[in-house]
Amino acid sequence: MPFSDEALARMRADAAEITGRYPRARSALLPLLHLVQSEEGYVSDDGIAFCAEVLGITETEVKGVSSFYTMYKDGPVGEYQVGVCTNTLCAIMGGDEIYAALAEHLGADRRGDGHHDIISADGKVGLERVECNAACDYAPVIMVNWEFFDNQTPDSARKLVDDLRAGNKVTPTRGPGRLCTWKEAARILAGFGDGQAAEGPSAGPASLVGLELAKERGWTAPEPAGGSAQ
Amino acid sequence: MTDTLTPVLTAHWDEPDSFTLDGYRRTGGYTALPKALAMQPDDVIATVKNSVLRGRGGAGFPTGMKWSFIPQGDGKPHYLTVNADESEPGTCKDIPLMMATPHTLLEGIIITCYAIRANHAFIYVRGEVLHVVRRLQLAVAQAHEAGYLGENILGSGFDLEVVVHPGAGAYICGEETALLTSLEGYRGLPRNRPPFPAVEGLYASPTVINNVESIASVPSIISEGADWFAGLGTEKSKGYGIFSLSGHVTHPGQYEAPLGITLRELIDLAGGMLRPAHPIKFWTPGGSSTPLLTREHLDVPLDFESVAAAGSMLGTRALQIFDDTTCVLRAALRWTEFYQHESCGKCTPCREGSYWLVRTLERLENGEGTEEDLETVLDVGSNIMGRAFCALGDAVPVPISSAIKYFRDEIMQHQKEGGCPFDPAASTLWADR
Repeated sequence: MPFSDEALARMRADAAEITGRYPRARSALLPLLHLVQSEEGYVSDDGIAFCAEVLGITETEVKGVSSFYTMYKDGPVGEYQVGVCTNTLCAIMGGDEIYAALAEHLGADRRGDGHHDIISADGKVGLERVECNAACDYAPVIMVNWEFFDNQTPDSARKLVDDLRAGNKVTPTRGPGRLCTWKEAARILAGFGDGQAAEGPSAGPASLVGLELAKERGWTAPEPAGGSAQ
Repeated sequence: MTDTLTPVLTAHWDEPDSFTLDGYRRTGGYTALPKALAMQPDDVIATVKNSVLRGRGGAGFPTGMKWSFIPQGDGKPHYLTVNADESEPGTCKDIPLMMATPHTLLEGIIITCYAIRANHAFIYVRGEVLHVVRRLQLAVAQAHEAGYLGENILGSGFDLEVVVHPGAGAYICGEETALLTSLEGYRGLPRNRPPFPAVEGLYASPTVINNVESIASVPSIISEGADWFAGLGTEKSKGYGIFSLSGHVTHPGQYEAPLGITLRELIDLAGGMLRPAHPIKFWTPGGSSTPLLTREHLDVPLDFESVAAAGSMLGTRALQIFDDTTCVLRAALRWTEFYQHESCGKCTPCREGSYWLVRTLERLENGEGTEEDLETVLDVGSNIMGRAFCALGDAVPVPISSAIKYFRDEIMQHQKEGGCPFDPAASTLWADR
């Protein structure tokens, strides 16, 4: 659906701020695609036309870029997009079972290419497989709208999507108190914060195991010879 | 005698406000910066050279040497691009670092840019880690407000802007030339080298690309001295690093130690294997692109030279540990599927080879494969290796080639049994609960 005049005015102001961050405007294309995704939840033809207009390039050039990156969706996804890591480590620790449990639990039709393939009938929850998300010490890991849900099981995952569908409060393991919607998350990626950066822990428990062990045993990095170096 | 664990980068991750400017300054943060700004830029480069810090993103190239390749007085703008696209399967050190102490990275960025004479830096962070993106955005805003970024930093006359640039889901963009192409607003395709980024990088200008952990190590080198850093680690692999344990161990997580610690020591620190009845079977020293090792390699010092001598690579110190409930073919197949999914398609051997490897491995995993299929797999692999633009291509055959090297009989057992002899349920985190 074409953007309203009000939406376009807002987006043009945001786009000017984004392009202003870069020595060359074309570098703004990825954040601009995050921006248009934050309006509609995916990168529509109108979103592509908007990016092309801002950068003075063709729609084909924009589409060529958006289709390359898995985070940009070419059609509606869930308001809460659940990504189960099924790369090797998480898969073996239980990610495959979690994905299978959620696919059955959501009872939705498959669509797409197997990576972004399921959306619940009410449109609330989308399910996809994601690749390694740099949280292997918390395996098996689920991402919801790109927030961490660590150390999952099939039971915890089913409860998670039930809570999301029921509108119950859901809190990421390492993240803010309030879970963003899919569109809100895309806006943060475009560079517009939501004021929740200071929420949540500095680090999760697995991030701290080495430090805690070192403290317990009195292990430290050595002092520089002769005290502080010049 | 150096202690077994030596927290430097991780030393303050347990402070509830470690990610804030106040929290960072309270624990000694931003004291290396004025010291660096009082030095000549070339002396900063020399200090990092003398520390023998080697790149922490996997390749291990000496960081100071990379900086010294930037031509000076060339009249072109210089750029620093931080590779924060941490996506190598098993690698999970930079993400917790940026979540807990983003200012360590920023202080390193400012010092680095001063040294290489860059006034614009980019943090190319993978987009799939929203809270890390928030923390980086907050850190940049706070550093600006405090005068650590912007114009005339701390009265030095040095100006710097830092842009947090979230990617959009593409493993290939962790490859340095693909990262640059992506940062310029295009599909993330790698470029041929030479010219190297130090000569023609971002916008065809001299550019340094360093991993997060490399740059975050710089403030400690400036504060404590090159000799201090070089006094840690082994003869050719100096300093400390974060070792990330995942998989079938009791306490997976981050362990910061001098380079040269062994996996046997680390597993012991991690409380042993997850299930005492199930010993370690295979592991990666540094992510899925580094050849698998086995229980015979537990005493290999985890430094660049020793791991290479053992037939693998130190990589990112992403130690993924699998016990004897795990099917090595299932593991290798999944990694190969990953490379197929992430191949950018530019080079035919990588694009087509990964596709055919997946199909052949599926047949083997389903018990329908033959000895000839194994030879086909090795042949396809050797025709990808060295025939693609970038390291992603070279990595495609690594998991399965190393799996065949150590576990050929087990792979052929699939054919004899008409399917996988392993029960995936036995490998899960909750298998014994």
